[in-house]
Amino acid sequence: MNDDGINKNRRRFLTTTATVIGGMGAVAATVPFISTLTPSARAKAIGAPIEVDIGDLGPGERKIVKWQGKPIWILRRSEQSLATLAELGEIVRDPDSMVEQQPAYAKNEHRSLKPEYLIVIGLCTHLGCSPSYVPADDEHELGDDWKGGFFCVCHGSRFDLAGRVYKGVPAPTNLVVPPHQYLSNTRILIGDDSELS
Amino acid sequence: MKTVVKYLYGFRDWIDARFPLTKQWNEHLAKYYAPKNFNFWYFFGSLALVVLVIQIVTGIWLTMNYKPAADLAFASVEYIMRDVEWGWWIRYMHSTGSSAFFIVIYLHMYRGMLYGSYKQPRELLWVFGMFIYLLLMAEAFFGYLLPWGQMSYWGAQVIISLFAAVPVVGDELALWIRGDFVVSDVTLNRFFAFHVIALPLLICGLVVAHILALHEVGSNNPDGVEIKNNKGADGIPLDGIPFHPYYTVKDIVATVVFLIIFAAVVFFAPEMGGYFLEHANFVPADPLKTPDHIAPVWYFTPFYAILRAVPNQLGGVVAMGMATTLFFFLPWLDRSPVKSIRYRGWKYKTALAAFTVSFLVLGWLGMQASTVTYTWMSRFFATVYFLFFLLMPYYTSTDNDKIVPDRVNYP
Amino acid sequence: MTRLIQILCGFMVAAPLWAAGNGPGLMDAKIDLSDQASLQRGARIFVNYCLSCHAAAYMRYNRLGEDLGISDDVLKENLMFGTDKIGSTMTIAMSKADAEQYFGVAPPDLSVIARARGADWLYTFFMTFYRDPSRPLGANNLVFKDVAMPNVLWELQGWQRPVYKQKTNAKGNTVNKFDHLEYETTGILSDKEYKKTVQDLVNFMVYLGEPIKLKRQMIGTWVMVYLLILLVIVYLLKQEYWRDIR
Repeated sequence: MNDDGINKNRRRFLTTTATVIGGMGAVAATVPFISTLTPSARAKAIGAPIEVDIGDLGPGERKIVKWQGKPIWILRRSEQSLATLAELGEIVRDPDSMVEQQPAYAKNEHRSLKPEYLIVIGLCTHLGCSPSYVPADDEHELGDDWKGGFFCVCHGSRFDLAGRVYKGVPAPTNLVVPPHQYLSNTRILIGDDSELS
Repeated sequence: MKTVVKYLYGFRDWIDARFPLTKQWNEHLAKYYAPKNFNFWYFFGSLALVVLVIQIVTGIWLTMNYKPAADLAFASVEYIMRDVEWGWWIRYMHSTGSSAFFIVIYLHMYRGMLYGSYKQPRELLWVFGMFIYLLLMAEAFFGYLLPWGQMSYWGAQVIISLFAAVPVVGDELALWIRGDFVVSDVTLNRFFAFHVIALPLLICGLVVAHILALHEVGSNNPDGVEIKNNKGADGIPLDGIPFHPYYTVKDIVATVVFLIIFAAVVFFAPEMGGYFLEHANFVPADPLKTPDHIAPVWYFTPFYAILRAVPNQLGGVVAMGMATTLFFFLPWLDRSPVKSIRYRGWKYKTALAAFTVSFLVLGWLGMQASTVTYTWMSRFFATVYFLFFLLMPYYTSTDNDKIVPDRVNYP
Repeated sequence: MTRLIQILCGFMVAAPLWAAGNGPGLMDAKIDLSDQASLQRGARIFVNYCLSCHAAAYMRYNRLGEDLGISDDVLKENLMFGTDKIGSTMTIAMSKADAEQYFGVAPPDLSVIARARGADWLYTFFMTFYRDPSRPLGANNLVFKDVAMPNVLWELQGWQRPVYKQKTNAKGNTVNKFDHLEYETTGILSDKEYKKTVQDLVNFMVYLGEPIKLKRQMIGTWVMVYLLILLVIVYLLKQEYWRDIR
């Protein structure tokens, strides 16, 4: 082994090229391994938009359906409970839904397409528990001025009947409104709003 | 840039003060002196390591979607093949990898037989390797049940029934291995546990022991010359060169060639015409109906042919067991003072050639449906196979070996 | 060593030639997975004739649409009968127990049948149904003796019957030996049209067995190109370092 005749530049060039090209291949080979962890065709099929019949909902009643494995609440609000929403402007953190927790068409006081129906993902924005529905008339320990809404037993977050988060609770933002559209007066499609945009 | 390098060195020194990083690097790579005359046959050790890594990584990923339950397993494999993004690629790598493992390991073992790598002082190295080989066969057998196709099911049924041949406790033993009266969900579940955790742990541990033993005694070479007998003034073997960079760059070339062949199979012929993925295994396991023709995967067929050649159940099992375990005794069966085939006489050369032919022919016979002619052929070649080992003390001690040079041949 | 490489290479090249079930007496299915029109026609036949008794439970309709260039609306209208969910798998309403009662055995799932049987076997299977009054459903098959499946394509093909030839066996007795099939009645399709139809069907079933196949080969080509480039570089690198030793 002697150092005569070693072309250091050539050696360095080849080492660098081999490292770069080989490294590119190694990185490319990790792409499939990362992609396998994304939702599979089955997960996507299960998470596909669902049609829900809401014709049987009475005022004040709530229906829970599953979309993408998550609970979706469909709440039919009465005239008087809708009226309470305006009164809560001072008590809730984001009364005008400035934070993007809803599609543009639900950025209003009642946070829905039709005032009567609230459609939200029933998972607390704090750490993902599913809050309970507590109407004002039910027995509860949420204070006398409770106008009805949702209470998360995990960490005590409160939401009003439009899914707006109260001030002074751990949850940072309003409940999420999923993309949805009305197929007819009594049928909605959750997970797809292509007809609206 | 300079400060970065300075900090990197500093970091290395910080580690070296707490962990023998540089020491290990030098002992196993930069100052591990390997003979400079390695040839083609010396690639397969590194390649076996490459395949091991491929199998472990793809195996981990497969377990993320595979379901080890009798009513879900077959469907979960098709789920991986279709619904999981890139699942097909990972599955084909794993299935091709298992065959590749055996190709590489058989060539690696054959190298040892060509150049006497099992001979003193490398007996223990060889024995570790043989344990790895046996575990690998068990690993492949357990893994083969997992797709829960017809071949998986009936293959497992046949192999477990081998244990029933054991005198007195045989039936109880087979029942205990299955955990049920037939191969069932219970069997699948325990095979899964063995396949994904128990055996891989043992194999990895033995691979470390194998490499440590190798680096303790040093590598053999195609001339069978101990390079440590000729050291220079600096204590470095005259015929030795540092493993890194010389053999790392050489093994990288071999790895890329291997990957080309491997990728060709994975992307263009993953079934390999039914040899790597058998057609009958695309039919879900049916405990009521055996496929018309069952044969083990190709890497077991030489031993399967030996099993079928013996007209007695227990005898066949014993013969098959011996056919795999006789390799353990090579270091002591071989009485020749010469290691490499280059300096051996005609007797060993003839014996090894006869052994090679019988191994290949038995492998072919093991895939065929049995006929009278084939059974007699199997008996003949099985006899040759065993005579290679049993007569070895005789023909190696009386061979007309040539004089071994002091130094390796290197052009 | 050279001999060994030759054996290995021989193995590599020869292997694909021993593909599934290309045994003697099978007809050539002439598979062409790149023929999308053929696959579309095959899908339609499959859905109309096979999917009422057999499921293909590992295949999703939307995957089919994507791979075969069929839009969701066309898919829903023409190919999906049991469901309206585009992401559903190709399952059937018939229960396993019912099926066993009707046919004696439950019709197998067809998702990977082409990988188990081979294309040529399937093609021959569909070509060689013949009338056999001794069978409960009046049909038998040349490559699948005493098959439990009725001859569902008889309307298209017409009925065939076996023709026997008298032969003298070793003992000197005259026996009837099967010779060939001939048409007894004609179907809606001509012989040529029927062959084409079965070809489309088998083509589709081969696709169904491994939907990724074409893409796999395409990716494989790029991987090979990359590895060959890498080989040149690492080989030069090795030569460069090994000049020290020479």
